[in-house]
Amino acid sequence: MSFIVQRLVKMVVVLLAIVVLNFFLIRAAPGDPALVMAGEAGASDEIFVAQLRERFGLDQPLPVQLALYVKGIATLDLGFSFRQQMPVADLIFSRLPATLLLTLSAFAISLALGVLFGSLAARRAGSWSDTLITVVALVFYATPLFWVALMAVLVFSVTMGWLPAFGYETVGAGLTGVARLSDIAQHLVLPATTLGLFFMATYARMTRASMLQVSRLDFVKTARAKGLGEGVIQRRHVLRNALLPVVTLAGLQAGTLVGGAVLTETVFAWPGIGRLMYEALLQRDYNLLLGIFVVSSAMVLIFNLVTDLIYRLVDPRIEIKA
Amino acid sequence: MAEPVVSIRDLTLDLPLGGDRVHAVDGVSFDLMPGRILCVVGESGSGKSMCAHALMGLLPSAIKVMGGEIRFDGRDLLKQDAAAWADLRGRRIAMIFQEPMTALNPLMRIGDQIAEMFEAHGLLTPAERRARALALAAEVGLPDPERIIRAYPHQLSGGQRQRAMIAMALALEPAVLVADEPTTALDVTTQAQILRLIAELQVRRNMAVMFITHDFGVVSRIADEVVVLQHGRVVEQGAADAVLTRPTHPYTQALLAAVPSLEPPPRMPLPAENPAVEVTGLSKTYVSSAGWFRPKRRVAAARDVAFAIRRGETLGLVGESGSGKSSIARLLVRLIEPDAGAIRVGGSDFAACTGPALRMARQRIQMVFQDPFASLNPRRKVGRIIADGPVAHGVAPDAALARARDLLQLVGLDAGAIDRFPHEFSGGQRQRIGIARALALEPEVLVADEPVSALDVSVQAQVLRLLEDLKARLGLSMLFITHDLRVAAQICDRIAVMRKGEIVELKTAAELFARPEHPYTRELLAAVPSGEAA
Repeated sequence: MSFIVQRLVKMVVVLLAIVVLNFFLIRAAPGDPALVMAGEAGASDEIFVAQLRERFGLDQPLPVQLALYVKGIATLDLGFSFRQQMPVADLIFSRLPATLLLTLSAFAISLALGVLFGSLAARRAGSWSDTLITVVALVFYATPLFWVALMAVLVFSVTMGWLPAFGYETVGAGLTGVARLSDIAQHLVLPATTLGLFFMATYARMTRASMLQVSRLDFVKTARAKGLGEGVIQRRHVLRNALLPVVTLAGLQAGTLVGGAVLTETVFAWPGIGRLMYEALLQRDYNLLLGIFVVSSAMVLIFNLVTDLIYRLVDPRIEIKA
Repeated sequence: MAEPVVSIRDLTLDLPLGGDRVHAVDGVSFDLMPGRILCVVGESGSGKSMCAHALMGLLPSAIKVMGGEIRFDGRDLLKQDAAAWADLRGRRIAMIFQEPMTALNPLMRIGDQIAEMFEAHGLLTPAERRARALALAAEVGLPDPERIIRAYPHQLSGGQRQRAMIAMALALEPAVLVADEPTTALDVTTQAQILRLIAELQVRRNMAVMFITHDFGVVSRIADEVVVLQHGRVVEQGAADAVLTRPTHPYTQALLAAVPSLEPPPRMPLPAENPAVEVTGLSKTYVSSAGWFRPKRRVAAARDVAFAIRRGETLGLVGESGSGKSSIARLLVRLIEPDAGAIRVGGSDFAACTGPALRMARQRIQMVFQDPFASLNPRRKVGRIIADGPVAHGVAPDAALARARDLLQLVGLDAGAIDRFPHEFSGGQRQRIGIARALALEPEVLVADEPVSALDVSVQAQVLRLLEDLKARLGLSMLFITHDLRVAAQICDRIAVMRKGEIVELKTAAELFARPEHPYTRELLAAVPSGEAA
């Protein structure tokens, strides 16, 4: 328990460091948000700019601005997006479910297929099926994601007409309940599969290499000397041990789930954080950008903690010190 | 005479093409008798492990069976399919391995791993399996079996893990037990206990045991029969007594002669004044990296250790794993920092040196490491490995390389070796390179941490002779760390016995072996297998 408390304290410190760093980085970028805003409003007179500065606290010294910002985070207030005329937190949390749905589905697909194909390849190392799995995985990994996405749309939506080409749900259909869920699921298939296949390669490669390494270890020979069947040996002794590095990799990957789907979201017009960030970047919406950084950093930290907890669960050699 | 349980006849196994010879095992024949222990002895590469693996049907796929048969239960084991093997393994023939550290699945509880033996053969209910696992753990002498069967392998000591392995192997009362160097990785006192356990169980269960070893001490302790293998062929076989006392084949004779005697040869006493190294009050406590709220764990590796190495002397440091002897070596060459204490080398305190002065002083004490495979950078040519030190101390690269050639010749290698990579050399040759590397800086003191424990006994003798010879020629002083009391007896002038970070006894080798005083020293000496060729 104290391990978790300890980690949470460390997380807060790291998050604070990230906030401070990003806060100053964004302020260091050229351009005065008040001037930009005033310019776009078509009124660049001094008084209006000063008013804007005062309204958004930009007239305060930087440390005070930072303190106010940090204070805001504590109450889940991430500031106000001048461009969207909405609180940043509301904007992010309205987009978060769509992104998590997409990235978690993709994550599950990549992990499940990666481990499955990786272990198949390991058990048939050197055979044609091993080569086939490796080549297919690498093709998805090496091909630019947006191109695979476009091809998928071309084949499965445009030509075959099986699945919707873009969006999160059918706009204006007014669906509710199960019908709406099924609609969303249909929209999810292409983006989630595309993204999942991309990441599958790393898991497949890692699982394969790790299993081959583990199967050379002594305890596998012990298992064989016990007279265990090959299936049990592979599952219980080889795969379980081989999954440890895969857990580490998956943890690292899971942290990037929030911000890592920009391309996919853009191609499939998926209303998620990735697109929000892309738009914020183009529009110099500093508060929104900073807010997304904070939320995605927090996610990375949370997933790191979860990974460590899972690791402690699956590997008894790592003891939770009381 | 009872019927043999296993009859191996003309077993011939082929190595993959490009190996150092065609046959891994060439026409080997021997029998395993119920209730008897057969020791298969040989150096690395002799094919002894291959015989064991053939008997378990666990040969690597690159090894091809070319001929012969292994009769067991009226069938030929070399002609069994996978299903037949899965049925035989564990139930009729069981095996224990050399490395208790790696032979157990790190993610499974000990009890589950024992119970798995029954599960593999579809025997008993889960509850009965657990009960049997507990009983077996108790039978092999695991302390607090209730707790141990719920423990994970990393929570057990090496000896306990090997006991757990034995419990597993015995679970289904096999007719044959194959033991592949089961005590090689263990401390001498633990080794003695495990040997006793195997001998006891084998009598109680009337098992046939095939015991693979390279150690004649072990042979003399437990063998009924002996088979000596060289390059995959049986060169001598017979009753243990006969082979040990009246070996007929020159190879067996050479092997036995290479076993160092426990009797230290007479040595001239060296003057105690003006020693090469004087260590006083040396202390080191390892503190586990604690978290913000986590309590620290302390292990004392050195507690107020004091000794001097006289000029021209070899001081032995003996003790079991965890006694702190390797820590002393690392402290002495300042690979780790002492908490307290002084290391006086030639008038200055080496322990107090810092920065450039420390870098300069390092050349006075050099180290030879245990593992000849891991201690040389595989991507660097031998010449560079040797020349690196002198170059770092300002010698011109060409001069350093020329010196490397001389050094290689000094340690008995060809000067042309400077252009080759470490993997092109055998273990013994690499250890010679390691010694040349240490000598390149012309040190006054050599710290040798288990320099021969990874080597075969005949190679071991050569490297020991080389060290002795170099020490005399170059006027070196040496700290020689070993767990092997036989080796210590042969090479050391004086010996310090370490236990839990403290030196419990320090006297001349002759005195120590003749009149050990500390109970721990006596225990160590009693545990050494007596492999004297009488």
